[in-house]
Amino acid sequence: MTLTTTGRPKREGPGPRRRPRTRTAALRRLRRLRRRLRSRRRPGRQAPTPATARTRAGRQLHGGPLTYAVLAVFTAGSLFPLVWTAVTASRDNMRLAKTPPPFWFGTRLAENTATAWTEANMGLALLNTLLVAGTVALGTVLFCTVAGFAFAKLKFRFSGALLLLTIGTMMVPPQLSVVPLFMVVAELKWTDQLQSVVLPTLVSAFGVFFMRQYLLEALPGELVEAARVDGASSLRIIWHVVFPVARPAMAVLAMLSFVQAWNDFFWPIIALTQENPTVQVALTGLGRGYVPDQAVIMAGALLGTLPLLLAFTLFGKQIVGGIMRGAVKG
Amino acid sequence: MTATARTPAAAGTPVPRPPRAQGRGAPGPWRSRLYRWDVRYTPYAFVAPFFLFFGAFGLFPLIYTGWASLHRVELASPDHMEWVGLHNYVRLLDDAFFWNALRNTLTIGVLSTVPQLLMALWLAHLLHYRLRAATFWRVALLTPYATSVAAATLVFVLLYGRDYGMVNWALGSLGISPVDWQNGTWSSQIAVSSIVIWRWTGYNALIYLAAMQAVPDELYESAALDGASRRQQFRYVTVPALRPTILFTVVVSTIGATQLFGEPLLFGGAGGQKGGASHQFQTLGLYLYEQGWFNFHLGRASAVAWTMFLILLLIAAANMLIARRLRKSH
Repeated sequence: MTLTTTGRPKREGPGPRRRPRTRTAALRRLRRLRRRLRSRRRPGRQAPTPATARTRAGRQLHGGPLTYAVLAVFTAGSLFPLVWTAVTASRDNMRLAKTPPPFWFGTRLAENTATAWTEANMGLALLNTLLVAGTVALGTVLFCTVAGFAFAKLKFRFSGALLLLTIGTMMVPPQLSVVPLFMVVAELKWTDQLQSVVLPTLVSAFGVFFMRQYLLEALPGELVEAARVDGASSLRIIWHVVFPVARPAMAVLAMLSFVQAWNDFFWPIIALTQENPTVQVALTGLGRGYVPDQAVIMAGALLGTLPLLLAFTLFGKQIVGGIMRGAVKG
Repeated sequence: MTATARTPAAAGTPVPRPPRAQGRGAPGPWRSRLYRWDVRYTPYAFVAPFFLFFGAFGLFPLIYTGWASLHRVELASPDHMEWVGLHNYVRLLDDAFFWNALRNTLTIGVLSTVPQLLMALWLAHLLHYRLRAATFWRVALLTPYATSVAAATLVFVLLYGRDYGMVNWALGSLGISPVDWQNGTWSSQIAVSSIVIWRWTGYNALIYLAAMQAVPDELYESAALDGASRRQQFRYVTVPALRPTILFTVVVSTIGATQLFGEPLLFGGAGGQKGGASHQFQTLGLYLYEQGWFNFHLGRASAVAWTMFLILLLIAAANMLIARRLRKSH
């Protein structure tokens, strides 16, 4: 994590110099404080590294061939169903009803994908899911960062009780809310409209907790207080102090909530129909015999998974890091 | 949305330009009052969006589900409610399919959770070695997590096909007669569990890995000095240090297993809500869905939801007891 300096570049103009406006003065002081904190932390962070590296070398043995073999088997098991999705999506239905099953790609991928795109409404479904997951990720990150900051660094009455309530809600299963939500959606005539899936998942208790845990450590209390002393309003503090510090965790939370929203299943299949589906709803329609062609079904599954797989190959390292960081603190 | 748009604005209003007439620094009385207001009340504004959404889509539905479970509510006219007291719960306890669903949820839960966590522990142990391409292994093992329930289940349905599925083909080449993965009780439950295992093992492995990396090196060193073998180190250092994490994953997986829905629904194909021809893999989640959206009894569905909630509370209480025991024994 790096503390980025967000202050403005020094102005050389005569006007602002003669009359130092409190705002820029505050920012300058903030910057100085940050630099100090950074320089204080650097040596502290780096000093133990050689020591741990030495002990690690003693304990953290290199994996032997057996380790690699087992990992290879599990990796193959993890990837095989996905590869096979692509294999079956490139065949025709007749071939899938024969033994032995196909092991290599056929030639009908484009055709099957096109059929899935139009007949199973996958095109619309992808667009809808992109909208839903994007909005949910954005909303989750925004609201959870702000709430997490309040829980981590601000003093207010009932904060302890409210935090406990937040953690408690992580356990409430989605099944408990579907009946009333369905009644509300029916009342408002929101069936088949995307807001009925977006709104209930726009915030997440996990996100609040995750951001709180991160900011508790990553954001020095002095930084907030210094900004306060300089008369910065809370909104300014959020924008110029909290967001820059929280950025790595915000990115991770955004990715996690995007994946979750993309794969959300239970509520969407109740709130939406095949007329205006998300990917999961469209795939459910496929699985329940909407289109009888197995190869087309697999092409649909491939289409619905591909965007996330792509994101995984690009950001896999960050997602892995985020899950592991969330695990230690949670 | 309107309320959330308002809160940052409210937080933003007390950003006063420093009043020029007052000169530098010295805040006027109204300004300092605004500032005090800002400090005192913005924390509430920061947590307000979260609690607004949580109240509307988490807490209210939770309570309203309990209220609806005491009524006769039809799917066709959800706003017409007729008080029936505990009738829905009585009907539930009389229904053999409810007990069947409860039993299935339990067995599938055990079948999916136990192997999943054991394998995850083993994988984490292997990933903890120094490896070439460490990131690749982690990302590859996490890919199933990026695959949605729907897409994953559709592939597994094909893999587990009775006549042309790859699993039966592989069994056949080993000389084992084909298994009817759809219609057998145990075979179908194992098949459904395997989908859960496939999707979540890598995720749990990463969580264990994160916890292993947090174990202080000195413990291993002193164990090694005492002459503990690698296996003994794993047994007497790693596992005890991981105990809280293991407990955490057990709870999370148990909660997930209680809510199991998408996998059995899609594994069942066209009549998926029944969980197989003889309800052999109908879970509580599916039973709720069937009651509400196929038998049109929203009231009874609410009763199922609240029963699930009570079961979860029991699990949470048991978890807390175990955690306290563990803490005492240390």
